[in-house]
Amino acid sequence: MSSPVVAHGAPTGFIRRYIFSLDHKVIGIQYYFLALFSVFLGMSLSVLMRFHMVYPDAKVSWFEKLWPTGAAGGIMTPELYLSLMTMHGTIMVFFVLTTAPQSGFGNFFLPIQIGAEDMAFPVLNMLSFWTTFLALVVMVAAFFVPGGAPLSGWTAYPPLSAVGPLSGPGEGLGQTLWIISIAIFCGASLMGAINFIATTIDLRARGMSMMRLPLTCWSWFVTAILGLLGFAVLLAAGVLLLLDRLAGTSFFLPAGLVVNDQILSHKGGSPLLWQHLFWFFGHPEVYIAILPGMGLASQMLATFARKPIFGYRAMVYAILGIGFLGFFVWGHHMFMSGMNPYSAMAFSILTMSIGVPSAIKTFNWIGTLWGGRIRFTTAMLFALGFVSLFVTGGISGIFLGQPALDLYFHDTYFVVGHFHMIMGVAAIFGMFGGTFYWFPKMFGRMMNETLGKIHFYLTFLGVYAIFTPMHFLGIAGNPRRYADFTNFEFMNNLMPIHKFMTHAAIFTALVQLIFVFNLFWSMRKGKKAPMNPWDATTLEWTVPSPPPFDNFAGKHPVVSHGAYEYSVPGAAKDYIMQSDPA
Amino acid sequence: MLLGAIVWVLTVVICYFFLGHYWWFPPPISEHGQAYDTQFMATLWVTGIIFFLAQVALGYVIIRFRDKGGTAKYSHGNNTLETVWTSATAILFIGLVLAGTRIWASVHFAEAPADAVRVEVLGKQFAWSFRYAGPDGKFGRTDLKQINDQGGNPFGIDEKDPAGKDDITSASLKVPAGKPILLILKSRDVIHNFFVRELRLKQDLVPGMEIPFHFQADKVGVYEVPCSELCGLGHHQMRTTMEVMAEADFEKWKQEQAAQK
Repeated sequence: MSSPVVAHGAPTGFIRRYIFSLDHKVIGIQYYFLALFSVFLGMSLSVLMRFHMVYPDAKVSWFEKLWPTGAAGGIMTPELYLSLMTMHGTIMVFFVLTTAPQSGFGNFFLPIQIGAEDMAFPVLNMLSFWTTFLALVVMVAAFFVPGGAPLSGWTAYPPLSAVGPLSGPGEGLGQTLWIISIAIFCGASLMGAINFIATTIDLRARGMSMMRLPLTCWSWFVTAILGLLGFAVLLAAGVLLLLDRLAGTSFFLPAGLVVNDQILSHKGGSPLLWQHLFWFFGHPEVYIAILPGMGLASQMLATFARKPIFGYRAMVYAILGIGFLGFFVWGHHMFMSGMNPYSAMAFSILTMSIGVPSAIKTFNWIGTLWGGRIRFTTAMLFALGFVSLFVTGGISGIFLGQPALDLYFHDTYFVVGHFHMIMGVAAIFGMFGGTFYWFPKMFGRMMNETLGKIHFYLTFLGVYAIFTPMHFLGIAGNPRRYADFTNFEFMNNLMPIHKFMTHAAIFTALVQLIFVFNLFWSMRKGKKAPMNPWDATTLEWTVPSPPPFDNFAGKHPVVSHGAYEYSVPGAAKDYIMQSDPA
Repeated sequence: MLLGAIVWVLTVVICYFFLGHYWWFPPPISEHGQAYDTQFMATLWVTGIIFFLAQVALGYVIIRFRDKGGTAKYSHGNNTLETVWTSATAILFIGLVLAGTRIWASVHFAEAPADAVRVEVLGKQFAWSFRYAGPDGKFGRTDLKQINDQGGNPFGIDEKDPAGKDDITSASLKVPAGKPILLILKSRDVIHNFFVRELRLKQDLVPGMEIPFHFQADKVGVYEVPCSELCGLGHHQMRTTMEVMAEADFEKWKQEQAAQK
């Protein structure tokens, strides 16, 4: 808990200030906009996918302009559909869910919330952003190479992803670029993770003990540890996959492959090895996506219910428990993979155990609201929406975590509904909430609350309309990753649900334009933000909006209170700032 | 206020659709399928009640504790409630897993009976093939170089091996009703997945592995088999059927196939 050192001087000139900036706040905003671009790209891809699923033969002339081969004659091919699906998943998981809540908000607010002037390693911080940017450029480039983007899904299971163009279009240069992009992204995330961990441990202000940290900081801290351990493994796996493709090695390729009538000479590898390595990263990744959202939801619920967090310590232990257990459950993605069926039992019980800290969190959120005086700001609405979606998305995990029930549900739409609800939209609701909550601090102006509320209600109804029906499709046995359902009688009968979901998706996507308008309009025209518009307690609300370059203008804050001292009996106001004198 | 009401309405609508079984499983055709459905319903009730209570509670606090100008209650939590709640969920969730263990064990831990009808299942981009041993009860050796899809030899049965002469190859799965079946799942290119909804069973076909998978189907009929692991651009077309036949019809079919050899 040393006091922060002055890591770098004030920036001069446009480039050092806004492009290659060392300021954690600018880097946080850069990450935020990278994720904003990515989320709209990913969402557009999903609308095209939903369109294709219900109108597989539709002729749309501009499809051909975008994809001269993938949509020759204006009709989308199944391979184009699969490449959109792969890119949708990849962009959303890596460049949105991993990037915005952790690297975006975390970069901006971790140092301020703990009372530091910047991150521990500002140069590393800048590097990790620009490395992420490079990864995104390489990923998007996969669309424009011969053969197009890969079609093996965001999980890139070999042999499909390992044998080159033999296994399908997009599996040539497109898949290679995909792997390279992911490897670069891993490097960026490792740099970011080290920085977050060091910052949290070393740069806390005087009095900011671990048990006084806002829950946002706790979740960024644990997320960074997950990133450090997870991305290192994914990086190794990615390199091995690249070697299988380019250097003729056989890490993931067994003997006896005959692909597209060609006998391959690989031998000795195992397709299951990739799955173990991938999911060793991939399951913690789910928590990388959702933990910051949980932290944010807690922060907003306490602020706007005017109450301390119900069971702060239990919340911290739950975050730690989720982070720890998160590394022992990857096998639940592999119940049907041919791995030893006895290990499925162990993975299953560990998976169910992770439901316990998740249940603690839900219970404590409702406990926090109980007896409160709830102020329904847009940020609060998103936090409440987060809780609802977290319950809905989490509860379906109790089906999928049982190997016995996975015998039917594996790779059906039930899974798609489950993870979209929880790691997709619940996490996104955390980000929307975070945007409305912190926008005043980031840009010095308030967002428009009326537009915000309209956007919230329409989106809340929209995501339930899109993702609830997926559970019924799953119960009816509809497999995921199908470009077209017309070949199967039982799937033809499910088309009305698919059509409903497609319309809901188009509607919900259009509604997001309200948010974008609100965001950019408020940046220029929003009401000037005071220092502490929400009467909140944490340190970011003790500095001007936006904060000066070194956050605390040369002063070193001293912390004397816990993070959520609301409605303390006998206090002058209904909140006590963390830095108020004891 | 509004949000509380919306949460309640959504909860009721979702429960209505789950209770109404408007889009649901096809009827099961095996004992395993029935056991599966029992386990599913047990899980649905447990999770459904938790879902209902949690959402209703959320809606309730939103409506009840909106800012009406009073003071909020200063409280840092309640350890007793916390412990009760945590233990209750732990017991419920782990209990569900343990209850389902029997089902998983019967599929994966129990050996197939010795008299099970053996069928080799081969997945390739984007077709299924099934092989029966023929009257001699023996599968012939295979050789990658002799694979010939157009010539009706997707398995690459070695023509020099006499045991392979009478092997029957079929593009769809035929099985006798009421008899144990043992599938040997193989893939020759990428990962595929064998899934029959009515059996409530699913298993990957992994290149380099031979995965045994046994079941028994009791109801005569034709059931669709969709590939359920992404295998490339034709994944959505990788369809075959499983026909469950009366035992006599199955024997007759095998004889007809053997006669065509």
